[in-house]
Amino acid sequence: MTLVREQGSPGSSGPSARPRELAPRSGPATVGASKLHAQLTGVTKLFPAPSGENPVHALGPIDMAVERGEFFAIVGPSGCGKSTLLDILAGLAAPTDGTVVFENKPISGAVPPGIGVVFQEDASFPWLTVWDNVAFGLRRAGLERGETTKRVEHWLRFMGLADFARAHPAHLSGGMRQRVCIARTLVLEPRMILLDEPFGALDQQTRLLMGDELLRLWRATGATVVLITHAIDEACMLADRVGVMTARPGRFADVAVTRWPGDRDSRIVSDPSFGQLTGRVWSILRDESIKAIGHAEGDIGGRSP
Amino acid sequence: MTRAGSVRILVAAGLLLSLEICCRSGIINMTTMIPPSEMLGAIADLARSGRLLKESLPTFRNVTIAFVLAVGLGVIGGTVLHSLPRVRRVLDPLLASYYAVPFFALYPLFVVIFGLNDWPLIMIGIVFAGVAVVVSTLNGIDRVPPVLLKVARIYRMSRTAKVRLVILPAIALPLFTGIKLALAYSFIGILAGEFILASAGIGHAIAFAYDAFDNRTMYGLIAFTLILVTLMNMGLQACERLLLKGRSR
Ligand SMILES: Nc1ncnc2c1ncn2[C@@H]1O[C@H](COP(=O)(O)OP(=O)(O)O)[C@@H](O)[C@H]1O
Ligand SMILES: [Mg+2]
Repeated sequence: MTLVREQGSPGSSGPSARPRELAPRSGPATVGASKLHAQLTGVTKLFPAPSGENPVHALGPIDMAVERGEFFAIVGPSGCGKSTLLDILAGLAAPTDGTVVFENKPISGAVPPGIGVVFQEDASFPWLTVWDNVAFGLRRAGLERGETTKRVEHWLRFMGLADFARAHPAHLSGGMRQRVCIARTLVLEPRMILLDEPFGALDQQTRLLMGDELLRLWRATGATVVLITHAIDEACMLADRVGVMTARPGRFADVAVTRWPGDRDSRIVSDPSFGQLTGRVWSILRDESIKAIGHAEGDIGGRSP
Repeated sequence: MTRAGSVRILVAAGLLLSLEICCRSGIINMTTMIPPSEMLGAIADLARSGRLLKESLPTFRNVTIAFVLAVGLGVIGGTVLHSLPRVRRVLDPLLASYYAVPFFALYPLFVVIFGLNDWPLIMIGIVFAGVAVVVSTLNGIDRVPPVLLKVARIYRMSRTAKVRLVILPAIALPLFTGIKLALAYSFIGILAGEFILASAGIGHAIAFAYDAFDNRTMYGLIAFTLILVTLMNMGLQACERLLLKGRSR
């Protein structure tokens, strides 16, 4: 897995490599055309308001490009349109304006095959056991039984759920349910995985460890990962690039390149350059979060972040 | 058995026993009510003579037809209505207080449409019970977490697959409330219909015994109906427990 992507400066890819100087307003998050996996161009989203009022301008116009096999993180103040962005990227929602391309094909009206999504909320099926939740997609795809069993068991083990295969989600903790959702997504071997604040409900220690698991599965699958999070440290520790969003309507205020090695893990947080990176991201995010809080006062009735 | 369950049985047994004592000691006049033991005797006599089977068969057939159709049509109707918010808004006042609508007034209309057979009676049962199922289906779908519908789209489900694999399982709990109501309502609808309108069935037999001052038969049939409805409800509850096994903490 290559790490240095843009502005590659040879020999600077150790954990202690310094992050790129964050330009005050760097341009769109673009990548070379050959490795392009997904791209948003001029994407805007307006939500129609209840009668009479102005529509809610939730997102954009935003440009974003993700490379094949890249780990891209998005941070932004709550309510800035992160989940909306993810819905659009997955084909779950249509943008008001702009285009979305996945694997060279425009997305319109449906989720293209090859995309897996882990949602912010618990999305496991409460009426199915953990095993059946994970096997659900494979059965629908008509995969042969032996192969289904093999894959389900592999991912249950990978996510530490092997002992809970026969349990129903209601008997698991929030974090374990989220792992069920991750396993049920990965078992389908998506080429691009979108995760919306998947560890939001977890405590800091567990979050760091889940981050390690996420890195492990990113390396194991070679998939493109887009991770949405409100945690700056999580984004900076895990991603190849960190997109920092402005307050609503969300755009990229900056995209930082981390240059961590491919075999990184959560111990990277003790690297001196990690502090620098998070410091810089926070300096942008702080202003935007203040704006977002100011916004929120005139913003009653919006969806919770 | 749970503690609450044993208490319930004790309370019921206590009530029956005091009723027995009141009737036997003359506190309650025998022409007003017969003791529970006599009711059981009456049921046994009716069963032996074959009358019990003869009277209950048409009732059960009609209740079963009404119940099954009410549940099937109610779920389909509720699901379709949910996808038509404008129509739903028009029907909302009716659905909110459907139990206040005197459906029995529709009987003459049903006779005109279906003729003089069991169908007008069954239709009353269907309408009465079906609306409860429609309402619980609508409420259930309203409460399906939107994220589960997103998951359905991630799996690229067709509309029918989404209903079958996500919506129906997700609304099982509120739907079962509606199904239990539907059983009670189809019984009420059909028994009451038989009471006034039919020439066969338990309801008709009770009315006939009442007119003939045949207290023993009347109370026997009433007790028989109560026992049966209770048993059917217990059966439904067992189904519900089985269906929801493991789903809640
Ligand atoms: N379905 C919707 N209808 C109206 N407004 C919405 C809807 N979904 C999101 N919004 C609004 O769009 C903005 C962005 O929401 P969201 O993408 O969920 O933010 P985030 O995930 O960054 O917290 C918020 O102000 C929210 O209130
Ligand atoms: Mg969100």
